Amino acid sequence: MSELRLMKGNEALAEGAIRAGADAYFGYPITPQSEVIEYLMTERPEKRTGMIVLQAESEIAAINMVYGAASTGKKVMTSSSSPGISLKLEGISYLAGAELPAVIVNVVRGGPGLGTIQPSQADYFQSVKGGGHGDYKLYVLAPASVQEMSDFVEDAFDIAFKYRAPVLILSDGLIGQMMEKVMLKDQKERLTDKEIIKRYDRWAVTGKTNRKRNIITSLDLESEKMEARVHRLMKKYEQMEKEDLRFEKIECDDAEYLFVAYGSSARISQKAVQLARMKGIKAGLLRPITLFPYPKKVLFELANQVKGILSVELNAGQMVEDVRLAVEHKVPVEHFGRTGGIIHTPEEVLEALEQKIIKNGSIRHHKARASSIL
Amino acid sequence: MTEEIIIAGFGGQGVLSMGKILAYSGIMQDKEVSWMPSYGPEMRGGTANVTVILSDDRISSPYLKVYDTAIILNQQSMDKFEETVKHGGILIYDPNGISHHPTRKDIKIYQIKGTKLATEMGNKKIFNMVVLGAFLKIKPIVKHENIIKGLKKSLSERYHHLIPLNIEAITMGMNSVTPINNEQYV
Amino acid sequence: MEVLDIIKPEHQVFCKTKLMTDTALSYCPGCGHGTAHNLTMEVVDELGIVEDTIGVAPVGCSVLAYDFMNIDMTQAAHGRAPALATAISRLWPKKYVFTYQGDGDLAAIGTAETIHACNRGENIVIIFVNNGIYGMTGGQMAPTTLPGMKTSTSPYGREIETMGSPLKMTELVANLPGTYYVTRQSVHTHKNVRKAKKAIKKAFENIRLKKGVSFVEIVSNCNSGWKMNPLESNQWMEENMFPYFPLGDIKVAGKLK
Repeated sequence: MSELRLMKGNEALAEGAIRAGADAYFGYPITPQSEVIEYLMTERPEKRTGMIVLQAESEIAAINMVYGAASTGKKVMTSSSSPGISLKLEGISYLAGAELPAVIVNVVRGGPGLGTIQPSQADYFQSVKGGGHGDYKLYVLAPASVQEMSDFVEDAFDIAFKYRAPVLILSDGLIGQMMEKVMLKDQKERLTDKEIIKRYDRWAVTGKTNRKRNIITSLDLESEKMEARVHRLMKKYEQMEKEDLRFEKIECDDAEYLFVAYGSSARISQKAVQLARMKGIKAGLLRPITLFPYPKKVLFELANQVKGILSVELNAGQMVEDVRLAVEHKVPVEHFGRTGGIIHTPEEVLEALEQKIIKNGSIRHHKARASSIL
Repeated sequence: MTEEIIIAGFGGQGVLSMGKILAYSGIMQDKEVSWMPSYGPEMRGGTANVTVILSDDRISSPYLKVYDTAIILNQQSMDKFEETVKHGGILIYDPNGISHHPTRKDIKIYQIKGTKLATEMGNKKIFNMVVLGAFLKIKPIVKHENIIKGLKKSLSERYHHLIPLNIEAITMGMNSVTPINNEQYV
Repeated sequence: MEVLDIIKPEHQVFCKTKLMTDTALSYCPGCGHGTAHNLTMEVVDELGIVEDTIGVAPVGCSVLAYDFMNIDMTQAAHGRAPALATAISRLWPKKYVFTYQGDGDLAAIGTAETIHACNRGENIVIIFVNNGIYGMTGGQMAPTTLPGMKTSTSPYGREIETMGSPLKMTELVANLPGTYYVTRQSVHTHKNVRKAKKAIKKAFENIRLKKGVSFVEIVSNCNSGWKMNPLESNQWMEENMFPYFPLGDIKVAGKLK
């Protein structure tokens, strides 16, 4: 039954996984996402739905448990925070290469290195530009509320199984640690072993019956075969761009200036839009909900309408590169963001728009255009 | 209606749970709520604070620079948050352990002797409920019945026998809050 | 008897292992891997559990095990096979889940996964082929390389002072509460092949008991890596490997011998 609760983002994610009918969760504690496994261990989903929860000996073991479970057609999830995700990247690359469905959650903290346990969005590059080795991409969902932490688990599983590909939920310490009102979805039934065998008999390793044996591997020693595999992956990513792009436009209709922000920065920028409009500045917000696929076309079109764009991110400037690529120098694009675990306030965001775009933007832009023409 | 609140004090004073009860009461009254804690090493024995927002509309930023109300429970938090109260906003504080009292003239300042009252009531742990009562007296944004519902939701069932005591503490807080610089608002 | 009569199926006395594919083995002639594969598949066949068997291939010489074993298999990242097997066996408790790993995979990069799977007592079979060297990458030093043994990364012989001693992984896991059956075998003589098969069979049968990990080490040769011919390598193995890695059961029915 659906249910209204006040929950932390991490807890909502864990409960969302149970209700999405996940078969297993494998994880390793790390701040600021430990509540995910703590919640699951307390909740005992094996008694509620039969879902297995196991604390692995490392993030590496956890992602490879995910790989093992996914090989058999089970719905499986892991979560971690930045340094832990770095450890998982090899496994994530294997999941992509072996074309396995799985959900990975990153509740981002500041880096590089051990960094800080405070919120950050400094793993944008890692999430959308590969991260691990090889030609692959992840479908990346960026929740901006506790409600979405819960809802996106099911969405992520749907995409993972639609494409037989790993999906990343890119959250951060702010969304993970805050509490909000959540309307929890109805419990979805887990598939039975028989249903899994029937549904995924084409590829899942569940024991060889009368069919040809199934093999899960990312290895193709013959170059032509490996190239064909890479092309197959690229086709999936093209299809994702066509069919599963998600974004949200806030007050964009009459906007003269645009914030682009995802996740927690989108929430902060939304407030900056309100503050701007109180001052008579017509600001709007484009919030990419998927970071891959990225709303390139929407941005390109908005660039015909606005005078300048500020990419707001809790990092030193990562997504701004994709914004610039999308708008093709039509308007000035600048970055604003705090790092080190400091969260920018809506007031700071608005001030950055005024300073970097409204005041200086066009001058810098023309210089940049001039030099790019030369 | 949107009410943006910071509650700040020592870890262990029940700052986070006070915020949680307030947020849950908000949900019971059909409001949108957010509860954003400071977390990390500072939480253990040091200062703790939580931003709570209750609103009739979708909440934008859960993280703020300025607040409608600051509830301040130790000196470090006073030093940090007095200046963050919006012009015309409210500051509520417990004078216990405060050496530098608030000085702003453009906000409304109230005292609640939460530590003292809770000790007199024989249970120091209900200190945060006394303070919550003070806030709710000044800003009655949640109905009494919804506070009780909020308490029920946020306390696990084995503590439900303590709900009457909590209500008593809230009432005590409501009756004991004193204006410092502007009597007409009480 | 005419030739056509002789080759009738009912007169057949020996045949290729049924659960091995027709793909030519990629192992060097003389290597023990082929025999270890055969034995594993014979056991799965004889127990009649092919529909319920899921294998996990490692990284190393046996990375392509799935090309030769005609069963459902998934191939793990280097060293992580026990993690995969853990998840699979937890989610499919009635299945016969096994890993097939070499010494670099199991005893170096995958030490943590091996020890923790064994310590948790996962209901799986681990087949550990130990030839004291990294074969696939061209003969580098492994954690099980013997003292003084020359490899491409210990060209003057393994120096214990700087490179440490060979890791006795099997004795180590035998001391963990989660292992039920731990044994060390070899496949270089008919007699040893028969013993090894018995051990592998016992390991697979143990899965029904749900008592924890059954761990079968197979000390093997790597004639290419050791730069010997197969016969020399087997003799060298007997003289040098067996004293350090003595054959026999180490733990039976949860009790150390």
